[in-house]
Amino acid sequence: MKLKSRHLLGLEGISKEEIGLILDTAETFKEVLERPIKKVPTLRGVTVVNLFYEASTRTRISFELAEKRLSAELVNFSASTSSVKKGETLKDTVKNIEAMKIDMVVIRHQSAGTPYFLTQCLSSSIINAGDGAHEHPTQGLLDLFTLREKYKKIEGLKVVIVGDIKHSRVARSNIWGLKTMGASVAVCGPTTLMPYEIDKMGVGVYSNLDEALRGADVVNVLRIQLERQKGGLLPSLREYANEFGINSDRLKRLNPNFTIMHPGPINRGVEITPEVADGPYSVILDQVTNGVAIRMAVLYLLSGGEGKVE
Amino acid sequence: MNKKTSIEAELIIAGGRIIDPASKLDKVGDIYIRDGKIIKIETKKLIPRKKIRFSPEIIDAFDKIVTPGLIDMHAHLREPGREDEETILTGSEAAVAGGFTSICCMPNTQPPIDNQESVKFIYEKAKSAKCKVYPVAGATKGLKGEELTEIADLVKAGAVAISDDGRPIYSSSLMRYALEYSKMYDLPVISHCEDLALSSDGVMNEGFVSTVLGLKGIPGVAEEVMVARDIRLAEFTKSRVHIAHVSTEGSVNLIREAKRKGVKITCEATPHHFTLTDEIIKTFDTNAKVNPPLRTKKDLDALKKGLKDGTIDCIATDHAPHSIEEKDVEFDAAPFGMVGLETALGLVITELIEKKVLTWIEAIARMTINPVKILKLNAGQIKVGMPADLTVIDPETNWVVEPKEFKSKSKNSPFGGRKLKGRAFLTIVGGKVAYQS
Repeated sequence: MKLKSRHLLGLEGISKEEIGLILDTAETFKEVLERPIKKVPTLRGVTVVNLFYEASTRTRISFELAEKRLSAELVNFSASTSSVKKGETLKDTVKNIEAMKIDMVVIRHQSAGTPYFLTQCLSSSIINAGDGAHEHPTQGLLDLFTLREKYKKIEGLKVVIVGDIKHSRVARSNIWGLKTMGASVAVCGPTTLMPYEIDKMGVGVYSNLDEALRGADVVNVLRIQLERQKGGLLPSLREYANEFGINSDRLKRLNPNFTIMHPGPINRGVEITPEVADGPYSVILDQVTNGVAIRMAVLYLLSGGEGKVE
Repeated sequence: MNKKTSIEAELIIAGGRIIDPASKLDKVGDIYIRDGKIIKIETKKLIPRKKIRFSPEIIDAFDKIVTPGLIDMHAHLREPGREDEETILTGSEAAVAGGFTSICCMPNTQPPIDNQESVKFIYEKAKSAKCKVYPVAGATKGLKGEELTEIADLVKAGAVAISDDGRPIYSSSLMRYALEYSKMYDLPVISHCEDLALSSDGVMNEGFVSTVLGLKGIPGVAEEVMVARDIRLAEFTKSRVHIAHVSTEGSVNLIREAKRKGVKITCEATPHHFTLTDEIIKTFDTNAKVNPPLRTKKDLDALKKGLKDGTIDCIATDHAPHSIEEKDVEFDAAPFGMVGLETALGLVITELIEKKVLTWIEAIARMTINPVKILKLNAGQIKVGMPADLTVIDPETNWVVEPKEFKSKSKNSPFGGRKLKGRAFLTIVGGKVAYQS
């Protein structure tokens, strides 16, 4: 089996079978990561450009390691928006880079839809590493992978995503992926951080955290940004922590064998208390490990790979 | 046929279905033109078709619809300042190709049209244009929203309205003064209704589609709170306000109620707002990025209802040319606006007349006599003595929008590839053929 598209722009519209294929392939690569020599020749001769228009530590290193472990050639490019605005357009920049003969582009950009825009100007495969508040598909996939690893199947799980849903691409990719795989999803956060008609995405919507957590298996905690307070969306981070912060007291409402997830970076003491983040139910570091395997799988499959890898 | 009249006429539009909303005329007839004016309208003794074929001064309008020249009260012609995107000449070429014989240009040029000299500049340039061009002048100096322009001077130079279009007059007190002051000259204030704090850095309608796409939304209330403000100010000052590009159901309802109360308010809707919804943004097409943004089906239906019941007086294009370089960027970085002069009539026929939203006479009224009443232009009627500004429409022709073929310098249209029915066959400005398909 192969993926239908040459690009990975989001999890919206990706079928259950395709997600299954990516997760199965990632499982094989995860095994590679456990070996003493963590490298395979799979993408030898393939050139990947990592275009990061927005700061990133985790995702960027994760992609770089995935590329290196597949023996791909890689080039990194990062730019601040301001310098780009003054100079050449994004289209010119990427056209120039492509003229140097590349095969794949990993892009992170603060504007939603930019990866789609690149598919219109380039012939390379495009992988979305996060576009504005739109999607972050590899994050969604690694979250699915982490849950499948622990529970064996995703279908039937009750997942609550807590925090700034409005500005979160992680939330959107998770909603699409989880729904496709048969999980039931709820979102919870202050009403000012809830996007318009989010319920139409087929999720439960809560502004009371304790209600949202009742009977849930998984809590995916989103980072809350300080700027939201300045923008008038939140009175204070203190109040946010009181109303929406995940602490050990609140975990009592969850099902036994529950899971705490966080896409990082964590604001300890704001959206999550340290004892929960570091506690036995947290899979936060597993998510990071699995991120490399997922990105290896995506790179491999988009470069034309089929099913199982040697 | 009266032989004498026939000889005297320089041009005759013969055998077309004449639709003149002002006189409620809807009959097959011949229109005689001389010295740029309509000299006779004959609906009884028509010129036989056989004769038409052999007379160069007679235009065969058989199977065509003849209307007063269409009027677009809202276009951006970009001159002075962005002549790479449009000029008064190229804008007028696009206008006549779209069936328009008079257009109003908005003042947000570089520099803006905010003093007598710049109004004169527009009229000077308009002399060589293909259609009549009427400037709307700025309501505030530099369109900065701080001080009123010299409105008396602007009126003397020929400004037909004042507006800061592209931006609202954000200060409520300055809006009040603009309304009060322009009342001395019975000049309408055209208001771009947008609460900038609510629209903020939004790029599309705030709704389910923006939620899915993660693009920053512009809520409908950003328009509606300003419409509500302007209604109260117009009522209080007893002045005339015209709301530009109404886009939401809420605005239509507010205006309907205000009209019922007798407030001197008029408004317009654009073809793109009554044709497209925010669903089109799903492909991140920057040509569909426009302000106010494309809304939802509910809003689109409300606009149609408002057009039908007369709440919405006019159809205007908000023709906003942008260069390819400006639009060929990521969605957030693209400017707002789309061209509209060459698709408006086809969209009106296809979306409103063919779909039985409006009758021909209702649709044409909203593109002729209604804007004329607001702006007090000497146009918009088929009547003896009036300037011979006429549009001959081929209502049956099916065509596909091809932006590359636009006369406009800019091609930023989201309608490329769309099938439309009906378009201008012939456009006559001041008795002369300005466009022939």
